Amino acid sequence: MAPKLPIYLDNNATTRCDPRVVEAMLPYLTETYGNAASRNHSFGWAAEEAVEQAREEVAALIGGTAKEIVWTSGATESNNLAIKGAAHWYQSKGKHLITVTTEHKAVLDSCHALERDGWEVTYLDVKPDGILDLDTLRAAIRPETTLVSVMLANNEIGVIQPVAEIGAICREHGVIFHCDAVQATGKVAIDVNAMNIDLLSISGHKMYGPKGIGALYVRRARPRVRLQAIIDGGGHERGMRSGTLPVHQIVGLGKAAVYAKEDLDSGKIDEQRRLRDRLWAGLQENLDELYINGSMEQRLPNNLNVSFAYVEGEALMMAIRDIAVSSGSACTSASLEPSYVLRALGVEAELAHTSIRFGLGRFTTEEEVDYAIALLTEKVRWLREMSPLYEMVKEGIDLKSIQWEAH
Amino acid sequence: MAYSDKLINHYENPQNVGSLDKADPEVGTGLVGAPACGDVMKLQLKINDEGIIEDARFKTFGCGSAIASSSLVTTMVKGMHVEQAEQIKNSEIAAELSLPPVKIHCSVLAEDAIKAAIADYRKKREAAQA
Repeated sequence: MAPKLPIYLDNNATTRCDPRVVEAMLPYLTETYGNAASRNHSFGWAAEEAVEQAREEVAALIGGTAKEIVWTSGATESNNLAIKGAAHWYQSKGKHLITVTTEHKAVLDSCHALERDGWEVTYLDVKPDGILDLDTLRAAIRPETTLVSVMLANNEIGVIQPVAEIGAICREHGVIFHCDAVQATGKVAIDVNAMNIDLLSISGHKMYGPKGIGALYVRRARPRVRLQAIIDGGGHERGMRSGTLPVHQIVGLGKAAVYAKEDLDSGKIDEQRRLRDRLWAGLQENLDELYINGSMEQRLPNNLNVSFAYVEGEALMMAIRDIAVSSGSACTSASLEPSYVLRALGVEAELAHTSIRFGLGRFTTEEEVDYAIALLTEKVRWLREMSPLYEMVKEGIDLKSIQWEAH
Repeated sequence: MAYSDKLINHYENPQNVGSLDKADPEVGTGLVGAPACGDVMKLQLKINDEGIIEDARFKTFGCGSAIASSSLVTTMVKGMHVEQAEQIKNSEIAAELSLPPVKIHCSVLAEDAIKAAIADYRKKREAAQA
């Protein structure tokens, strides 16, 4: 049966808000619309109750307690608050931070901002499979290091970092560990205590919740983590994040967490892995010269990042317009630079230009995957017929032997 | 990115895709760009003794704009005298396809490809006459 078009395979960019989540949110716009900070009437109490229930729901997904959840506008704010907030609060201890070159821009640019304000930041390289080497991390920790920020799973290549080991190293050295878990929540089991995570960023819209809402887990005990607020005002969220709480959004994030946990506990998430593996197997059966970017073993169950050698990524995306994906090609970015994540893995620029990211999701069907395999096969073949590089390689010419003129 | 209908049409129905015999003394081959930059164009022109471009073929590795620019160029130069083809400016290609600013380099590459193919043809002619 032909699937309904277009097909959404870009679930690492954002996800469809689950209709069950939307349904739970609606009454908090039109009926229970009170301000959760209104302490003296029933509208306020009802709103507060909903917010606190959502806090429980989000905490349950990551093994924390409700009091450790701080609501934010999204993961970019969570990352800013965690990194800048901790750096400022603990600056008397030292002004050195450690992160990784493949982190999300919200982490990297928060670090760059701190560098301009006098902090020193070490950016660790990853191995060719995208994973951080633990000895590299150990060697980078200094007496004045206050924070290590390492993501749980990468947004482009889906590679999962050994966060439990990283957490243990940080705890041993008395360094705060921030983990950007935006891509991982609901896809891999998270336990902030077992993993020794002190700060953890969550996004609503990456896990079938609404956009515009996120959370930051802030450890309250052993050790108690303190943050300097970056948004000042009415002192909401224990002074860490002022601003009237968007109750409907928070209810949405809470419900999204409930269903994310359900996917994990019931093993439903394995269906995404099965479809992802089906996609990869189908492509490999039909096409030659495909290259996986990042570890296939330590990877999110829904992510596939493939370089279709000799076919430029944006051209391929134009050819498969009925399928929504992303590319690491320079031509899809305003900077005309290929993906910095792929470059950090040592992927050569010529292959980075040909990369496509597939993000399967809760609503992806087998028919959609099979349609994608067939369309990609047809269009990659068509573009390779048009590719001078593919022609040269088939003629036995070593592309590296040619003096290309960079422009 | 929002592209013009003309660009999309050239991309989806590219004209004159293929290769001519590199060894043919009447064929000039231009290969410009670099894989690391994300675009490589191969343009081949078959030029007769009067200097008229009788045929043109391309193969391009690159984004949709690069492929459309190559396709457009092959349709423009066919029937032209080489001296006329040499005068084609990238701005004409960019205007014809309404290339967005970040894609202007695709038209530059197409202009370079014409010049490179003609230069290769002239080199072959000189070598044959020497």
